[in-house]
This record gives sequence, C-alpha cells and structure tokens, in this order.
Amino acid sequence: MASKVIQALYNDDDVLMHAVKKVRAEHHHIEEVYTPFPVHGLDKAMGLADTRIAITSFLYGCLGLTVAVVMMNFIMIEDWPQDIGGKPSFSYLENMPAFVPIMFELTVFFAAHLMVITFYLRSRMWPFKKAENPDKRTTDDHFLMEIGLHDNENELAELLWETGAVEVKVTEKES
Amino acid sequence: MASHYEAPIRKPLVVGDKGYHDVTVDIARPVEGKANKQWWIVFSIALVAFLWGLGCIIYTVSTGIGVWGLNRTVNWAWDITNFVWWVGIGHAGTLISAVLLLFRQKWRMAINRSAEAMTIFSVVQAGLFPIIHMGRPWLGYWVLPIPNQFGSLWVNFNSPLLWDVFAISTYLSVSLVFWWTGLLPDFAMIRDRAVKPFQKKIYSLLSFGWTGRAKDWQRFEEVSLVLAGLATPLVLSVHTIVSFDFATSVIPGWHTTIFPPYFVAGAIFSGFAMVNTLLIIMRKVCSLEAYITVQHIELMNIVIMITGSIVGCAYITELFIAWYSGVEYEQYAFLNRATGPYWWAYWSMMTCNVFSPQFMWFKKLRTSIMFSFFISIVVNIGMWFERFVIIVTSLHRDYLPSSWTMFSPTFVDIGIFVGTIGFFFVLFLLYSRTFPVIAQAEVKSIMKASGERYKKLREAGKPLYQMPSNVNRTVTYHEPITDDVLMGEPKPMVGDKVGVDELLSAVGTFDSTTETPDDLKKIKGVGPEMERTLNEIGIFTYAQVARMTEREYDLLDSITGRFPGRAQRDDWAGQAKLLNDKK
Repeated sequence: MASKVIQALYNDDDVLMHAVKKVRAEHHHIEEVYTPFPVHGLDKAMGLADTRIAITSFLYGCLGLTVAVVMMNFIMIEDWPQDIGGKPSFSYLENMPAFVPIMFELTVFFAAHLMVITFYLRSRMWPFKKAENPDKRTTDDHFLMEIGLHDNENELAELLWETGAVEVKVTEKES
Repeated sequence: MASHYEAPIRKPLVVGDKGYHDVTVDIARPVEGKANKQWWIVFSIALVAFLWGLGCIIYTVSTGIGVWGLNRTVNWAWDITNFVWWVGIGHAGTLISAVLLLFRQKWRMAINRSAEAMTIFSVVQAGLFPIIHMGRPWLGYWVLPIPNQFGSLWVNFNSPLLWDVFAISTYLSVSLVFWWTGLLPDFAMIRDRAVKPFQKKIYSLLSFGWTGRAKDWQRFEEVSLVLAGLATPLVLSVHTIVSFDFATSVIPGWHTTIFPPYFVAGAIFSGFAMVNTLLIIMRKVCSLEAYITVQHIELMNIVIMITGSIVGCAYITELFIAWYSGVEYEQYAFLNRATGPYWWAYWSMMTCNVFSPQFMWFKKLRTSIMFSFFISIVVNIGMWFERFVIIVTSLHRDYLPSSWTMFSPTFVDIGIFVGTIGFFFVLFLLYSRTFPVIAQAEVKSIMKASGERYKKLREAGKPLYQMPSNVNRTVTYHEPITDDVLMGEPKPMVGDKVGVDELLSAVGTFDSTTETPDDLKKIKGVGPEMERTLNEIGIFTYAQVARMTEREYDLLDSITGRFPGRAQRDDWAGQAKLLNDKK
C-alpha cells in the first residue's frame, strides 16, 4: 500500500534536533529520520524506545557458556576420559581450570556474532539488500525527516519550512 | 548546543576549515580516484614478495617441514616467532577501537578503521604459520572438536595449543564483524556517491543496504559499545593464551608466570608501532593530514613509550626472578640469553624495545614525523627479536650439553616470512584503495566538538549553525521513488525548449566552426548519456559548463528532470574551470 509522506531535508544536525522537537511538540508523528551519522539524543527526541540489543547479547553469551560447558563435559569427562600428565579427568569441576579459556572464548564468540546477526536482521541489512534512504544526500551531509500526511499537507509544509528545512518534498511511499 | 562543548584547551582533531561534506569528499577521494605511480610500485614489490612466499609454502608442504632450518634441539624457531610477531601486531586494532571507545577517546576515530584492517590482515598472516606447520594442512580440520574416524578420540581441551585455535579464530571473526559493522555507513556513503554502475553495485552489496534510520543508528551505537566491551577482554585473552603455549611448558626461560601480562604489553607495543608505520605513510599518500594529525602520532608515540617501558620492566623482572628462584637451569637460561652465542639477538631486542622508545619523552622527537616513523620500524624489528630470543635461545642449549646447537634459517624460512610481509602489504594496499580508510560517519559526529572550524566559531562566540533563509518555499512533488537504485548513470530527458534557450543565453553558445568540443565526461558526475544530453542542449565545452551558476543548475535540472542537485553537489562548474585551465 502506498502512503503519502512529506519529507524535509536539513543541512545541520542542530537544526534537525530543534525541528524534531518542534514537530513533536505540535503532535505530529515522525515516521523516520535519516541521518549520515549518529546524532546524539535524536532517539530520545523522537521518542524511540531504548534498544534491547545488549540484553540479547547477554543471553547469547549465556548460551555460548552453556554450549562450552556441555561440549567439554561430554568430550573430556564422559565420552573419553583420559589421564593427561597424571591429571585424570574425573569430574568437570575438578578439571575446570583447564577449560576456562575455551569457556570464555565461546561465550564471547556467541555473544558477539549472534548479537551482530540479530542487529543486521532487525535493521533489515544483508548482502544484496537495497538501500531505502529516500535521498542520497542523507549519507553525506543532509538529514531527512519523514512525516506521514493526512490531508494536512500545507500546514505541515509551512511548519517544516519554519523549522529551517532546506527542501520539502511530498512523495508517495511504498510500504 | 551545549552537547558539542569541548574544553578549548583540547587541540582540534580535524584540522582545517572542514564541514560535513568536506569529510565525505576527503574520505571518498582515494576510493574514487586513480592509484598513483608510487602505489603501483609498492604494490608490485609486495606482490612479488607474496608470490615468492607462496612458492616457499608450496615447497614446504610438498616436500616436508625438513626444508626449514629446524633441528632436534631447536624444534621451534622462525615459524612460531613469526606467528607470535604477527598476532602481536594484530592487537593494536581492536585495542584502539575497543579500549579507546570504552574510554571515550575521540582521537581513535581517525585511526581505528585502518588499525582494525591491520589487525585482520596480520592475524591472517599469523594463522598461516600454524597451518603450514601442521605439515599436512589439508588435515587442519583435525583441530576442531570432532571425533576422528577411528573412534571417538577427541581433541585435547587441556592443551594451550587448542586454546589458541579457539582464541585466534574467535578474535579474527569478532574483529572482522566489528570492523564490517563500522564500515556499513561508510560503504553506504561511497555507494550513494558512486557514479559508475559497477561501483554502485559493489558498494551496494558491501553496505548491506545501510539506510541510516534513527533506529539503525541507535542499535549501531549500542552494538559498537557491546562489541567493544566483549572485544576488550578478548584481545587481552588472545595474547595471554598465546603466552600459555610457552608458559605452561617446563622449559627454563618459558615456564614463567609473568608471560601473560608481559606478552599483552608487548603486543600492544608492537601493534601501535605497526599502526604508526602504516598511517604515517597512508596520511601522506591519501592526503589525510587533516584527519591523522601530528597530535594523533604523538599520542600513539606516548602509548609506545609506556608499553615499551612496561616491556622493559618485564625483561628486568624476568632476570630478577631467574636469580631469585635459585633454580640453576632458570638462571643459566637467562645468563645464556644475555651473554651466550645469541647475545646479539638479546641486545638488539633490549636496544630496540627498551632503549629506543625512551626518546619519546622529548616532545620535539615524538612530534617529529620522520623520527616517529624510524622508531616504529625499530620497534617492529625489536619485537621480532624478542620472540626469537624467547623461543630459540631457550631451546638451543637444553638439559644435555651434547645436544647443544645453533639455529640457522634456510631460504625457505626467510622466504615464508618475507612472503607474509608481502601478503600483508598486498592486502593493506588493496584496502587503502577500495575501503573508506577513516570512519567518516564517526568523524562527522565529533566535528562540532573537535573540528577546527567549529572550535574557531565557538571561540569567536558565533553560533555553530545558521538557520537557512528559505525564501524560496516551493514544495517539490515526487512520483514514487522507484528510480533504479542501481541506477547506472543519470538518464536525462530532453524536453522544455524554453529552458534550453534560457540556459544557453547564460552559458554562451558553441560555435562549431571555431571551437572544438571538450570531453565533458571528464567532469565527475557526467557520464556518456549526460554528455549526450548536454550536447543536445548545446553545451559542448568546459568553458560553457564553467559559466553555470546555481540558476543554470536549476534550469538544467528542470530540463533533464532527474537527480536534482547533482551538478551542484559535484560542482561541475568548478571542475570544468579546472579542466579548462589545464587544456
């Protein structure tokens, strides 16, 4: 379904921040903001919820640690216990110090990779994915705010010009 | 805005009068431009060295490890020396990007990209050595925890060599995703500037369709922070585990509890030296002096000085502990290092690693680019000798004097080592021409706090931004943006005859009897199709393009109807003026 949106381009992050605050104060719903670099405080100003990606990383890390423990317990203690250098493998706990490096490495391995994969999928990024930024300048030095239109085109356009937009566009968006 | 405040005493990290767009142009230049002669010369030398190394590797694998200079007493030498040397160099990248991120050191942003590239490329070199050393590299998968075909005999998880497999593969892969995630916005920048369809395609693929939504950036920053938090203990663990290869054995000179911290400090030391070596060359070749400033080099020199001193303390502690332990074998191992037949290696190590960084106490020396480069090379050499000393001098006189011997490398040993240096530089040189070598998105985010232009504005009490005076408030209407994203070049549509006349009256007409048409494709942003359109309109010469101003750009946009603002962004008039002058 195609919906009508209005897009305002800004050429400064401070102007953008003021604009976002002003548009929000006027009770318009900002659909998206595209920026060339992380503008600090923008997510708060837009009212975005905090990201939970760090929590997923913690959970993935726990999974990695579990995998390491289960794997080494099976391999070294249960399946083929050996007496290496006079130090027999009888229980996981007693032999644990030798397993700490691998437990640590697998924890990091799982936490890092699965978190990054989660990030890529949640933000819809993968090889051959087409970019969706509506204006190419938003990876260079322009900032683009996108607001949905509900028959309030002129009013919104006026507001956006007031906030210091350098360009205002009305366009249809596939969604 | 208050959030951009930075104490005036801090020197700018980006010098020169640079705004956001200047950063884009400066970082994209090496990628978009052509390689110069020096690049090709250095690349050819590196490639020859790499191929020579490859030949030596093939000879080793097809003939056997016997082609190396190893003997029964010295059964580990250059292979492991090179392995540890390369892994050590591979520490600075993650250290710069992760540890300095956690400490909020903004100066990391100019150097973290290249330092991480260096990390990945040098860990690749390091990984080659254990694989070759296996003798039968096609059985390399035996190091993975899979049961073998004779029964369920597994790998030995008590062995530091197996810990190494896990540590180094985790380190390599995590560094790689850390690096790549940071690269996405910068690849996207190059993608959105690319004019040629092939480049557009490649960078679209590499950037994974990065879009730069506010939510993406929020996640991006969180992911970077968490990865930094994970990579910091990881980077410390890697060289710790490498040092376990030695420390858990019972060879005098190796069986030392100080090894883990000492190896990690040495790794940071050698890594920063290599970063200095590479970046001092790169800032010059890619004209990035405005971003990698003398201040950056000075700060790296300070790190080199501190870690060099830590390494020096470790050397002296080792000597003290050897004496204090009362173990004769231990005492002899160290006496032999300093005064035995390998005294020259020991004292080269001492001179290069402990003595030479002390020059960095002098501000004049640590801010001298030539001197920094010289010391960085000296440190690289010294750190190679450190590993050689630890490995070979501890082995060559063992418990049985009748088996005491010396080690001399064969041409194959030397060839493989030189080959990895060549391979490393081949990778790094290719990287420097195809990747955005500075994390430009991050640099842009600190411009207002640490860029010279904005610092000057703040000192002068002027605002950091101006509200645009948008008098011409025309809302533009666009059809759905289904324009080919992998667009090829702009395809203009010629219509609008009125506009054409107006345009020509401003830029002047072309008289084919007295003038010759110029190759307008030389202007960046003008492809064959755009040139054809310009010709159809009546624009043939650089002089005509050079006369275009904003008004004519707008007219041109309204005639061609596509890619509004492109001519202005690429500054066709400015480019044409330069080309016209050169003609």
